[in-house]
Amino acid sequence: MIAARNVTKRFGDFVALDGVSVEVPSGSLTALLGPSGSGKSTLLRVLAGLETPDAGDVWISDEDATRLSPQKRNVGFVFQHYAAFKHMTVWENVAFGLKIRKRPKDAIATRVAELLDLVQLTGFGERYPAQLSGGQRQRMALARALAVEPEVLLLDEPFGALDARVRKELRSWLRRLHDDVHVTTVFVTHDQEEAMDVADRIVVMNEGRIEQVGAPRDLYERPANEFVMTFVGPTTQIEGEYARPHDLELVPADEHGGVRAEILRVVHLGFEVRVELLTETDEEVTVQLTREEAAGLAPSVGDRVCVRSRERAVSAS
Amino acid sequence: MGRLALRVFALGYLAALLLIPLGLVVFRAFEEGPGEAWEAVTTPDALHAFWLTILIAAIAVPANTVFGVLCALAVVRRRFRGHGLVNGIVDLPLALSPVVVGLALFLVYARGGWFGQTLLDNGMQVIFALPGMVLATIFVSLPFVVREVVPVLREIGDEQEQAAATLGASSWQTFWRITLPAIRWGVAYGVVLTTARALGEFGAVAVVSGRIAGKTETLTLFVNERFERFDLVGAYAASLVLALMAIATLAATTLVRKGEHT
Repeated sequence: MIAARNVTKRFGDFVALDGVSVEVPSGSLTALLGPSGSGKSTLLRVLAGLETPDAGDVWISDEDATRLSPQKRNVGFVFQHYAAFKHMTVWENVAFGLKIRKRPKDAIATRVAELLDLVQLTGFGERYPAQLSGGQRQRMALARALAVEPEVLLLDEPFGALDARVRKELRSWLRRLHDDVHVTTVFVTHDQEEAMDVADRIVVMNEGRIEQVGAPRDLYERPANEFVMTFVGPTTQIEGEYARPHDLELVPADEHGGVRAEILRVVHLGFEVRVELLTETDEEVTVQLTREEAAGLAPSVGDRVCVRSRERAVSAS
Repeated sequence: MGRLALRVFALGYLAALLLIPLGLVVFRAFEEGPGEAWEAVTTPDALHAFWLTILIAAIAVPANTVFGVLCALAVVRRRFRGHGLVNGIVDLPLALSPVVVGLALFLVYARGGWFGQTLLDNGMQVIFALPGMVLATIFVSLPFVVREVVPVLREIGDEQEQAAATLGASSWQTFWRITLPAIRWGVAYGVVLTTARALGEFGAVAVVSGRIAGKTETLTLFVNERFERFDLVGAYAASLVLALMAIATLAATTLVRKGEHT
């Protein structure tokens, strides 16, 4: 288990972390999710010992690690821009932590071979980082961090520098890797879709504080407040309250219970159909329908309809 | 056409300013035959000047290399009070005339000077002796390693060092295994420039050395002394030796530049 308790960190006048407490259970894959400037990266760096908190403490495996240097914490850290040792081959990069620990040569050779296999870089050992693609470099950085069998693996926006396709590949690969290796993992991201896709627990952060901690589904279905509601998943506003576009439905204008509105735009997104409307009270509302519902209703621009919540609609106020 | 004119101009300018005068030095050195020139640079005083120059460079260059790397690390990696001041002071030797440097050292270390008297009382002579000449040379060649290493350190950033720390490396291990290999070409280039400056130093060393032939005379001082005594063959031949040493350092620079791109 790794935990931060009442951690505060300032950079000049800017409060990056404001009394943050969080626990990461052993074996979990946790995402720190938040907009830029929310303190998520700072929290990760405090856990690694790369930043010293102004107040509060850090616990790793029931030991107070607040005063320990990163060198002694036994954490693996993966940087957004890989931090590859450019003058070393892939093999030497992965072996670095083991050489520092003075492991016997043949043990190092076996372990590095294992790890290169794990991150699908077998045969790339003699290359230099400059000869690898971004995705390969990040996998090398992961192998390097895993080599020393860290207590916890910390990843700072690990896919942030990669293009969209590689990012998606690496995401599901990281998920599978975690299912194989089971090392406690914390990763930072500003992309809610990425967090939902990969993590089994999400810590939502905003302005140096934690807004909510929970499983991806909890956050989506039971957001603790407006920030979480709007940050995690799509939202639209109706009668001054937030709702999910798919929790709203359209009914003919003569039915009761709903807000009268005029259809502005109909967008077909394959399986879903998104309808944008303007209500009588001058609100722009988005409603998401399935293809079947849309087929039954046949909405078209200029139609006057009624917008209302479905049965299970949730609203946060 | 414009390009050709530019090339002719550049070459003509260099020829008039550098190549022709240097060529004349070679020509004059051998005017009385190679035997004369060889004899002029193998007199005991000339040999002493040659070895003294090498000795001073051999002390000043490593000293400035170690200081330069440490200073660059301090300026780039640590935030401390007077950070900007250190950064500015490092450039001082570039701006200050070497003669002024020599005089300043003289004031501090000469008999009756600030430290000078205490040191003399303890049997240590700085001015008119090797320590003063080494100090003067270190002073004037101080900025080169710092100036070469600072931008390289900035460019590589500190993430590799942080990564090494999280992998269990101590700061000492991180320096030797990560930082130094990453800045090695910057250091090498700085060392070459420092060496060139140390070998060619005249003004500061002239003031603090007392210019005693066979004792505190470096090669540049030797050239000057021969010239003032109308021993032109001696002056030109010794100049030629200095020029050859300069060419050797320049060749080293070219090697460094090649290494940088591999």
